[in-house]
Amino acid sequence: MRVRAFFSVALAVAWRVLHNVFTTPALLLPSLVFPLFFFVAFAGGLSRVSKIPGFHFAPGYTAFQFVFVLIQSAAFGGVFTGFGVARDFESGFARRLLIAAPRRGGLIAGYALAAVARWMVTATILTVVALAAGMKVGGDGVDLFGLYGLALLVSLVGTLWATGVAMRVRSMQAGPIMQMPVFLTLFFAPVYVPLSLLRGWLHAVASVNPATALLEAGRSLIAGDPAHVALAFAAALALATGFTLWAWRGLKSAERAAA
Amino acid sequence: MSLAAQVGHLARRSIVRTLRQPASSIPPLIFPTALLAVTSAGLNSATRLPGFPSSSFLAFFLAFPFIQGALFATMNAGTDLARDIQTGFLNRLALTPMRGAALIAGHLAGVVTMGFVQACFYLTVGLIAGVSLATGALGAVTILALATLIALAFGALGAFFALRTGSGEAVQGLFPLLFVGLFLSSMNLPRNLIEIDWFRFAATVNPISYLIEGVRSLIITGWDGQALALGFGIAAILALVSLAAASWALHERLTRT
Repeated sequence: MRVRAFFSVALAVAWRVLHNVFTTPALLLPSLVFPLFFFVAFAGGLSRVSKIPGFHFAPGYTAFQFVFVLIQSAAFGGVFTGFGVARDFESGFARRLLIAAPRRGGLIAGYALAAVARWMVTATILTVVALAAGMKVGGDGVDLFGLYGLALLVSLVGTLWATGVAMRVRSMQAGPIMQMPVFLTLFFAPVYVPLSLLRGWLHAVASVNPATALLEAGRSLIAGDPAHVALAFAAALALATGFTLWAWRGLKSAERAAA
Repeated sequence: MSLAAQVGHLARRSIVRTLRQPASSIPPLIFPTALLAVTSAGLNSATRLPGFPSSSFLAFFLAFPFIQGALFATMNAGTDLARDIQTGFLNRLALTPMRGAALIAGHLAGVVTMGFVQACFYLTVGLIAGVSLATGALGAVTILALATLIALAFGALGAFFALRTGSGEAVQGLFPLLFVGLFLSSMNLPRNLIEIDWFRFAATVNPISYLIEGVRSLIITGWDGQALALGFGIAAILALVSLAAASWALHERLTRT
């Protein structure tokens, strides 16, 4: 009964979020257009970077950047969902949700489910555009399943982080707090060139940044030469677990504020 | 009241309003600087490409924040003016003997002030990070002048959109378009090193490339007459066209009111 109530809440929240997003162009377009735009700008404008001595990535620069943009779209898809949570609190809708939901944990699950579904649409469009642009894929079906699975976990991590923030701040003013850490974590990683070509402070930071493990594993999977995949999944699962706790405590904070 | 006094009052209001809104004044300083830091560190190895014009990617990329900061000026100018329209402040002003030119000039004073402060900030960050200007102290003054002119041009563009649409959301919707314009330029690599033909063509016909190259030439090249003429020329044309468009849009709006 409790499990049923949990899923009932989760599905209702997910449906509402998805309905809102897919019927409101102002909410849908940024999450679709920005990844495409970053992909075009990075893969198109910077392709000469692959000629830097020491840059070796067999499928080419388009695939190299595709993995970054795929991971980035997953993380920011979660952040965009967090904006929606903050909007729900600001408008008072979340307060009514807290009163109506028999299993409040289902609220977090619903938002996460919606974020993942929303990201899958973005990922599909991004993949079609990348393939149309001539992206070479070295990995087989299993490798690609691993790549998209990794990105899906990142989407979950992004959503849980942003939801935790939104449930604590309960205002759209929390937007920069949700965005900036995600932005910095992703860009303090080997975005444009492999880790071996980074120098100075960025190399030091990227070496201990979990996003580096995600990017390097993702790139190895698309190249068909898997490396450090277990480490990347372990990092993603650890982050997902930690941020589940973060979001859960955020929910408790929201409950106390609503009481 | 003289035109100068009208401009003065509105300029003061515009500047104070900008400074009182941290959400308007802080992101234009933080975001471009953060992007400068991560991109210059991430792409530093690009200086090893044959034909790359500088041994420091930070120096090469330092022109970027000046232009991105100007894009923020567009949004801030437009959003503030749109708010004035939405709240009825513009209608109340229209009942006074205030002249249209005073409204636009006064309104843009805040944008230009913020643009100048931003440019000083970016330049200071660059110098502290170790960039040395190929054109010396006079080059620094020229960079500030060009950056301020660019902020004026984009600020007037934002004002035009605000006056045409009367909606802050519509002005905000312009940001992605301008952001695309920024990224489809020579901001990351010199045009001759862009490998993809259509991207190089887009960067060549994109006026933002020449604004960036004007600032960049002062940092890494020296006194390059052509780059400066293109940079100042395009910024001046954009400023004049945008100011004329904003004046026309204001006239139209006041007529409708």
